[in-house]
Amino acid sequence: MNIDLKTIKHISKLSRISVDEKKAEKLAGDLNSIFKFIEKLNELKTDKVEPLTSVAETTLRLRSDEVKSENIRDQIIKNSPEENEDFFVVPKVVE
Amino acid sequence: MSDITSQSLSSLINNIKNKKLSSEEATKAFIDRSNKSKELNTYVTEDFSNAILKAKKFDEKPNFDLKLPGIPMAVKDLFCTKDIKTTAGSKILENFIPTYESTVTQNIWNEGAILLGKLNCDEFAMGSSNETSFFGNVQNPIDKGLVPGGSSGGSSAAVSGQLTPITIGTDTGGSIRQPASFTGTVGLKPTYGSCSRYGIVAFASSLDQAGPMAQNVQDCALLQEVISSYDTKDSTSIDFNRNEYSKELTKEIKGKKIGIPKEYRVDGMPKEIEDLWQKGIEYAKDCGAEIIDISLPHTSYALPTYYIVAPAEASSNLARYDGVKYGFRAKGENLIDMYEKTRSEGFGAEVQRRIMIGTYVLSSGYYDAYYLKAQKVRKLIKNDFDEAYKKVDAILTPSTPSSAFKIGEKKDDPVSMYLNDIFTVPVNLAGLPAISIPAGHDEKGYPLGLQIIGKAFKEQEVLNIAYAMEDKIGFQNKITDWWIK
Amino acid sequence: MSKENSEYLIERYNNVYEVVIGLEVHAQVTSESKLFSASSTKFGAEPNTQVSLVDAAFPGMLPVINEFCVKQAIKTGIGLRAQINKRSVFDRKNYFYADLPQGYQISQFKHPIVGEGEVVLDMPNGQKKVGIERLHLEQDAGKSVHDMDPQNTLVDLNRSGVALMEIVSKPDLRSPDEVSAYIKKLRSIMRYLGTCDGNMQEGSLRADVNVSVRLKDSKELGTRCEIKNVNSIKFMQMAIDYEANRQVDLIEEGKSIDQETRLFDTKKNETRSMRSKEDAHDYRYFPDPDLLPLELTDEFIENLKSDIPELPDDKKKRFIDEFKVSPYEATILVSDIDTAKYFEEVVSKMGKNKDIKLAVNWITGELFAILNNKNLEISKSPISAKNLAKLVNLIKNGTISGKIAKTIFELMIDGDKDPQIIVDEKGLKQESDPKALEALIDKIIDDNREKAIEYKNGKEKLFGFFVGQAMKASGGKANPQLINEILKKKL
Repeated sequence: MNIDLKTIKHISKLSRISVDEKKAEKLAGDLNSIFKFIEKLNELKTDKVEPLTSVAETTLRLRSDEVKSENIRDQIIKNSPEENEDFFVVPKVVE
Repeated sequence: MSDITSQSLSSLINNIKNKKLSSEEATKAFIDRSNKSKELNTYVTEDFSNAILKAKKFDEKPNFDLKLPGIPMAVKDLFCTKDIKTTAGSKILENFIPTYESTVTQNIWNEGAILLGKLNCDEFAMGSSNETSFFGNVQNPIDKGLVPGGSSGGSSAAVSGQLTPITIGTDTGGSIRQPASFTGTVGLKPTYGSCSRYGIVAFASSLDQAGPMAQNVQDCALLQEVISSYDTKDSTSIDFNRNEYSKELTKEIKGKKIGIPKEYRVDGMPKEIEDLWQKGIEYAKDCGAEIIDISLPHTSYALPTYYIVAPAEASSNLARYDGVKYGFRAKGENLIDMYEKTRSEGFGAEVQRRIMIGTYVLSSGYYDAYYLKAQKVRKLIKNDFDEAYKKVDAILTPSTPSSAFKIGEKKDDPVSMYLNDIFTVPVNLAGLPAISIPAGHDEKGYPLGLQIIGKAFKEQEVLNIAYAMEDKIGFQNKITDWWIK
Repeated sequence: MSKENSEYLIERYNNVYEVVIGLEVHAQVTSESKLFSASSTKFGAEPNTQVSLVDAAFPGMLPVINEFCVKQAIKTGIGLRAQINKRSVFDRKNYFYADLPQGYQISQFKHPIVGEGEVVLDMPNGQKKVGIERLHLEQDAGKSVHDMDPQNTLVDLNRSGVALMEIVSKPDLRSPDEVSAYIKKLRSIMRYLGTCDGNMQEGSLRADVNVSVRLKDSKELGTRCEIKNVNSIKFMQMAIDYEANRQVDLIEEGKSIDQETRLFDTKKNETRSMRSKEDAHDYRYFPDPDLLPLELTDEFIENLKSDIPELPDDKKKRFIDEFKVSPYEATILVSDIDTAKYFEEVVSKMGKNKDIKLAVNWITGELFAILNNKNLEISKSPISAKNLAKLVNLIKNGTISGKIAKTIFELMIDGDKDPQIIVDEKGLKQESDPKALEALIDKIIDDNREKAIEYKNGKEKLFGFFVGQAMKASGGKANPQLINEILKKKL
């Protein structure tokens, strides 16, 4: 499995992290050595094995339909970088 | 009282309860030592003046029924602490102040403890040496220039260096046990679901667990008692009968069957580690335990599995750090530009690397080959333990493949860094409890740890075996206070 | 475009195309709190006042599922005659957007809570079964406001985390009319169940419309385009019409159709491609590790089954069997639960000797007319079922004529007045005494001897004249039936 620059650029777009040429090259190098190490899993035959999703030995707890949250707009927005009392503000989305 | 900071937690509690020591005195002593120890760089945020106020308040109206009465304690900066900056060792949360408290730390404050400050860690808990923190490296009190392990490096160094009598860390692939081993301290990773993950900055949801880090097993047991609870705010929290770990602590482990997994004898394992393991086996026998050879056939696949599952979950858990609601935000021309700049400037290199790995293994065309495959191998690894536990009660292995290495030594080689977790990672994949206790020194005089892995929900057994062996081992941590001028 | 046998087909020169449509309907679950957090779901609150730490994806926050939302989804599945899956899994759908605070949406990908089912539509040319592929639960996103600030987008997270049921149909629909019927039927079923209020203006119901075309009688499916987020039936129909024609035009020109996501521009009435789509979203679905698989017991599901009220199809059957309502009328009456409730109440209040047919006519005729006029839902009808029942009874027992009833009806609107009181106050009781009427008619015939002779000689139209005269003479109160009988006798 060879991870090339094109792949790095694609993944960085998906993960919303910008990369320049130099960074992309370093990442490709790092990821390739990491994946070589990960490839070891191919030694195992797992067709008949059920994937494990959780090691939590319990069932999903169902919560009752009660409103327990009050208006905490001040708390929520106060940490937000741009000042606006009512909304979160972000640069325009290019539609 | 002299030598407050070199006392164990249990001793401090006794002295406070017997009024031989006030909370204020204890708190000031640890603050004083912490102030002298800035070179270790264990703290990201100090809350010293508030701590003294709280200590005074406790002394005015002490409640000695509490389990941690007036005890000062610093905690890993991965736990959200109300109104106190919580950074996860990252620039992207550099100035983040939560308005809420994690369940685990709330449990601690409810038992009377007092926050000293937040301890340094690898960024978003990703690392094995505390070298990825935005706030700089942490020094191991054992020797200058040595890593304290990671990701709970600040925590392990603070306990080892006695800047805090005890602390909590988090463990996703070994981040409590490995630093405990590197610093000559005790660290417990509880069964998955034992401690609530609510309010802990998430790294890999199916692997993360908070746990106590202490100077001895008894202290560790007491803190575990405090932090472990069923929490309905965490859907993976488990409602089981939790022991009173410190009260039920016993050295009586006669007849316990302890398994020695042959696959942990890895190629190129340093002789010192092998010797330590053999010594451990002898100690266990001395305690009356029966030693049984077992096999955990898929052990060598654990690390690759971990390095698919953990980054995958992390890539998704860290998607919320986008500059919109909180945290660092870079200027962008439009939304996507803002996202990209924020995350590439806000996250460090290791975090970015893992996010990329995680995104890739979940991506279209690769999901089956990587993520799905890893979850299947994880099942095999868990099955290995289930099978083994039909024959034994616990498993004994080394904690780490070496003692603490030098700062900068492994920084440029991610794979070599990842290999630090080779003995600890299978435990997280299987969701089991495990403890690291210091068991010896290598030729450089640096501490080495032994790991005891238990059955799910059997923390008591793990602690008991550790308690018994600790007694036999008689380990003395060699702290020279080199950083205090 | 032509309609052969009520089919929706597109003709070009020698080729006839049919349209294949599948819908993904997003229905907001009626519940007090959100799917994975305890915030309120009330519509219309001030921005960001119904947002918890979990909704805003603060560090360390975790989802906890709402049992009631699970039940609502199961009930809807039962209403769709669908398979309820005892084990389902919540997956994360990963993508970045300003109104998606977590950077992922918790949804269900491979193992939804509800499997295959069907919905039966009453179309003019018979019943049509539309297959349901699946129904799953997922979080709704917040709202992005693009036009309040020229430089920036503003985000309101109130809606973020509200429970949605995504109902995916099989590609069984073939026309805008079928789509309309399908949406209305889905909406009706959910309103009967109380699982979704179906309020499209408030955004409780939205649909993504998948459209493809193919030559009629072709078995293969053409390339489809998805028209996202259409929030009214009218727009859905217009979008389908435009899109189907667009695709046919492309094919006729020998071009291929790009599989893409499009938006319906409600100002230009066209669909257009969504520019911002980068190389198709890779959602990287994986099971959410903060949750466990949802496991339902048989008991849990059975308890819900016994909780299901009578649904439209069954109610329609009963109306036909029990009340002898015609299928056409029954369809109208059951189409919305409030209409059905109103009708049932009228019937029950009519007591013995009820004229159900008359009641149906009054509801679907006069009542619907004023509701339409005043833009009111039947649940807000100015005339109560009780009083309408009284009015119908008054007609049935001959107290008033149908014509008079219309007058009384108008007077009832203001304040839901009791018709009996109006009759008494205004002396509108109809004249049904045969002797009095005979006397009246005798006089009219007397006064109009010539016309009477003309009628007897064959000018049948003049009957109406005499009826008119009789009504005039009686001040409109004469019992029309008796008038007719007596006139026939006397002329």
